[in-house]
Amino acid sequence: MLYALLCYHDEDVVCTWSKDQDAAVMAKLAVIQEKLAKQGRLGPVARLLPTTAATTLRKEDPPLVIDGPYAETKEQLLGFYLVDCANLDEALEVARELGEANPGGSYEIRPVGTFRPGGALA
Amino acid sequence: MTDAAWIDAALTSARPQAVGALLRYFRDLDTAEEAFQNACLRALKSWPQNGPPRDPAAWLIMVGRNAAIDEVRRVRREQPLPDDEAISDLDDAESALADRLDGSHYRDDILRLLFICCHKELPATQQIALALRVVSGLTVKQIARAFLVSEAAMEQRITRAKARVAQAEVPFETPGAVERSERLVAVAAMIYLIYNEGYSASGETAELRQPLSDEAIRLARLLLRLFPGEPEIMGLTALLLLQHARTAARFDAEGALILLEDQDRTLWNQPMIAEGLALIDKAMRHRRSGPYQIQAAIAALHARAARPEDTDWTQIDLLYGALEVVQPSPVVTLNRAVAVSKVRGAQAALDLIAPLEGRLANYFYFFGVRGALLMQLGRNDEARTAFDRAIALAHSSAEAAHIRMQLDRLMRDSATAQARASQ
Repeated sequence: MLYALLCYHDEDVVCTWSKDQDAAVMAKLAVIQEKLAKQGRLGPVARLLPTTAATTLRKEDPPLVIDGPYAETKEQLLGFYLVDCANLDEALEVARELGEANPGGSYEIRPVGTFRPGGALA
Repeated sequence: MTDAAWIDAALTSARPQAVGALLRYFRDLDTAEEAFQNACLRALKSWPQNGPPRDPAAWLIMVGRNAAIDEVRRVRREQPLPDDEAISDLDDAESALADRLDGSHYRDDILRLLFICCHKELPATQQIALALRVVSGLTVKQIARAFLVSEAAMEQRITRAKARVAQAEVPFETPGAVERSERLVAVAAMIYLIYNEGYSASGETAELRQPLSDEAIRLARLLLRLFPGEPEIMGLTALLLLQHARTAARFDAEGALILLEDQDRTLWNQPMIAEGLALIDKAMRHRRSGPYQIQAAIAALHARAARPEDTDWTQIDLLYGALEVVQPSPVVTLNRAVAVSKVRGAQAALDLIAPLEGRLANYFYFFGVRGALLMQLGRNDEARTAFDRAIALAHSSAEAAHIRMQLDRLMRDSATAQARASQ
């Protein structure tokens, strides 16, 4: 079974870490990632840019683009995509296409800061 | 993270929201600050034992409000304070309070708190000091250090600013759309000033002043979270991030300024650049351009160039042209001249800045740019005069050292030329 681990933390606190503090945390995490990768158990790892960089597409008819992260509590996170796009407009285009195939709910579109593709999973 | 570090971070993070709400209740800055201080003291006692509350800001607002009301009662009736037991059962009250305070209220509370700090009658330095004290919660000692003045002088500066603000009529009703956007403009300008206080530091003081820049970015992000659909706030945040990304490359070991084109670009902070670029991308979709977005777009073009020669100067020239229209200023034209010199040559740039001399007669950077342009044209004697003038006008030793470096280069080049000529 594959498990997705979704990371939550107080953005205001993490954003004010100094470069050294940040690097220290990332180094500690890298040790664990390395171990999992050697065991062939690690898929892609992504660190997202802050929610201030997010845009949300509400899958209504017509779809509605809102600045900022997904802020409702009545829906639940059900899945995610990683798509390579030249810019936000392209990403929104992909989201609209997906939304037509599956209306209702929303997509939060968040640029990825750092990305490690990881190995093939067994 | 230890308890103490976590609580400290949570209190700092909750501060603007909590002080802003308390200010709305009490309509007096000192009372609001005191109430928040009291709530923090109680948090330090209660949180390690009972665990952190779900919503620290709501907890602090309620406890702070109760403490201040108790204080008023105590003074009035000279009755003893109720003990902590009386306010120990906060859970229900906390969620009820959080329900009552919706997001838009919080948003105007924080905006108001920031806005009263940019009171028009306050000089810029007082505005900044007040905001750092009241909104950011930096200690007077920290602020004094960043401004390179004594603690007593800073204390006096803040006290004066507070007295001025207390006399002013603070608008407490929920602002309308026009007023809200006016407040946003004023607050954005102040955040940019805070950033520049840190950014314009010279090499030897850069480390002391860095907290100012960090704090400005924190405030810009906060403002953007509150007003996620404002393209100029996206632009401001992007601008600060893109400029800040170069911090590690801006000074050499002696503390002398390194020009953009001479910087080691591998030292630029890539995550910050990525965030800045993403924010501009978002802002552009609104098709409502403004000075921060344009300046951010210029910074983005520099950030995108892996080597100086990859810089898209034509685009930068156009963007400065757009900036001259929305925010005409001789300094903008002067900056444009650098782009013009790359696209159309040094003579075109010199022609562009010639009419500015009267208005920029005391501006260090004007003579620095003119000297560099004259040097490119081989007019070395005139260049030397311009550089001498720049050194005389320099505000910091880093600025002066930078010009002296150019002068040295000029002397070296002309010495080489003479040596060659005599061979």
